[in-house]
Amino acid sequence: MSTITADTPGTATVTRVERREPAPIPFTRLLSVELRKSFDTRAGFWLMASIGIASLLATGAVLLWAPDSELTYSTFATAIGFPMAIILPMVAVLSVTSEWSQRSGLTSFTLVPNRSKVIAAKAGVTVGISVVSMLLAMAIGVVGTLVGSAILGISPVWDAGFVDLANIVLAQVLGMLVGFMLGVVIRSSSAAIVAYFVYSFALTAITEVLAATQDWFANLQPWVDFNYAQGALFNGSLNGEQWANLAVTGVVWLVAPLTFGLWSLMRSEVK
Amino acid sequence: MITVDSLTKTYGGFTAVDDVTFTARPGRVTGFLGPNGAGKSTTMRVMVGLTPATSGGVTVCGRQFRDLPNPGLEVGVLLDASAQHAGRTGREILTVAQRTMGLPKSRVDEMIDLVSLTSSEADRRVRDYSLGMRQRLGIATALLGQPEVLILDEPANGLDPAGIRWMRDLLRGYANQGATVLLSSHLLHEIEVIADDLVVIGNGRIVAQGAKSDLLATAGTLVRTPDVTALAHALTVSGVAFTKSAATGGDDVLRVEADTDVVGRVALEARVLLLELRPAEGAGLEEMFLELTSDTQRETVIEGAAA
Repeated sequence: MSTITADTPGTATVTRVERREPAPIPFTRLLSVELRKSFDTRAGFWLMASIGIASLLATGAVLLWAPDSELTYSTFATAIGFPMAIILPMVAVLSVTSEWSQRSGLTSFTLVPNRSKVIAAKAGVTVGISVVSMLLAMAIGVVGTLVGSAILGISPVWDAGFVDLANIVLAQVLGMLVGFMLGVVIRSSSAAIVAYFVYSFALTAITEVLAATQDWFANLQPWVDFNYAQGALFNGSLNGEQWANLAVTGVVWLVAPLTFGLWSLMRSEVK
Repeated sequence: MITVDSLTKTYGGFTAVDDVTFTARPGRVTGFLGPNGAGKSTTMRVMVGLTPATSGGVTVCGRQFRDLPNPGLEVGVLLDASAQHAGRTGREILTVAQRTMGLPKSRVDEMIDLVSLTSSEADRRVRDYSLGMRQRLGIATALLGQPEVLILDEPANGLDPAGIRWMRDLLRGYANQGATVLLSSHLLHEIEVIADDLVVIGNGRIVAQGAKSDLLATAGTLVRTPDVTALAHALTVSGVAFTKSAATGGDDVLRVEADTDVVGRVALEARVLLLELRPAEGAGLEEMFLELTSDTQRETVIEGAAA
């Protein structure tokens, strides 16, 4: 039987040295921490590495199998764009959802209670990664074009101008933001990834069928279908109406749900 | 200093935390004690802003947690040792926290040493950690910023006896330097040996709080006799208050609100045979805990919980 020997300290006589108030955490620090968190797990590292790997594979595939007449820069750019359109949104989804699915948010949001700052840093890193990845992809495309033309013994064909490339980067950034939005709204890795595929692939198939069979929808589609409106970005420069289509559908399919998601994320319970 | 003021948290019709008010003071270890589901973790999550309060609130270091400019440097928090990205190494988790707080890199190795993780363990991924190792990592994260307030939810979970002893000494040392230490547990003996102050919670409500010494001092005397009726009569005649002891379970035990010598004298004068006579505080907090929570315990409140 153990008896308790309470050392009844009375009121605390020990006083701590008065502390200086700590400086607030600068936003740049959060950006660097979030960037680090995108790379520091095995899954995160390979997801990032796969951006480069997939670009190289796509370039190699074009060199091997594309008809000689199509060994132009735009062919390479398009081929590299396909894997990017899948990988980049996954990076965006996981940067948000892992805080909930892996429950690391308990620490993240305790160290930085202002959740909007953490989410903004994630958004900044997300956009940064997509722009850098696309620049990398374009550089690989340049190499592919040069190698292709050298093999054929022709002069390289640069059939994509600055506007085309800028539009493609914008399309990839939008795709990544869609992933980010779904991550914010759903906050579960597996569900958000499934939702992304439904959103950008299943939905596209459905609207295509609908547009092909229903005239009223075919007329309406540019104003209601975000995927369709984004498609224009891959076909050269956009006219005023196409930009308007993109803006209207973007507000409905991206900005509105993202706003709702952020609103609910700020109020939710982190468990 | 942590001040909880009339804190209430409801989920739909269920009240998880019901008008809880208490203060954890600097230089003291405050034990937050209660059976499973009593509302300890919910209260602690509200403290650090992870769960919004329904009404009332908490201040830490004199302000709301979300208003602290760099909370990691003022408040060390460990709510759930398993809530870490399983794919990161222990060292990486500490590094992310160290960078967020803006501390020198050397703090990471200092903390790994402090919590007795080896260098190779620190380089393993957290999915391969035992619960005890996760707990050490969580404590390392909480102590990283040399905070003056510690909020730890069940920190002894998963630690071996030597680890529990180590943690107890560590927290005692922190409190002796003037830090505010709040730790929760459902393990009575764990809290009993370390806490200066106690807050006992059951079904979301505080059922007892105060200095441990005061709470134990009121425990009185336990007396066992084959002739309960005669002893009860004698005690009543002498004007000494008593109750049947709830915690010990026996029919033949009374808990008397008087010292042992008073009870012994009453028994001697009434010529009642005693089998056992001892200060109730010897039974420790368990007596108090079971007694205080007996009407709010899981086993007995099924109809209350459904309401």
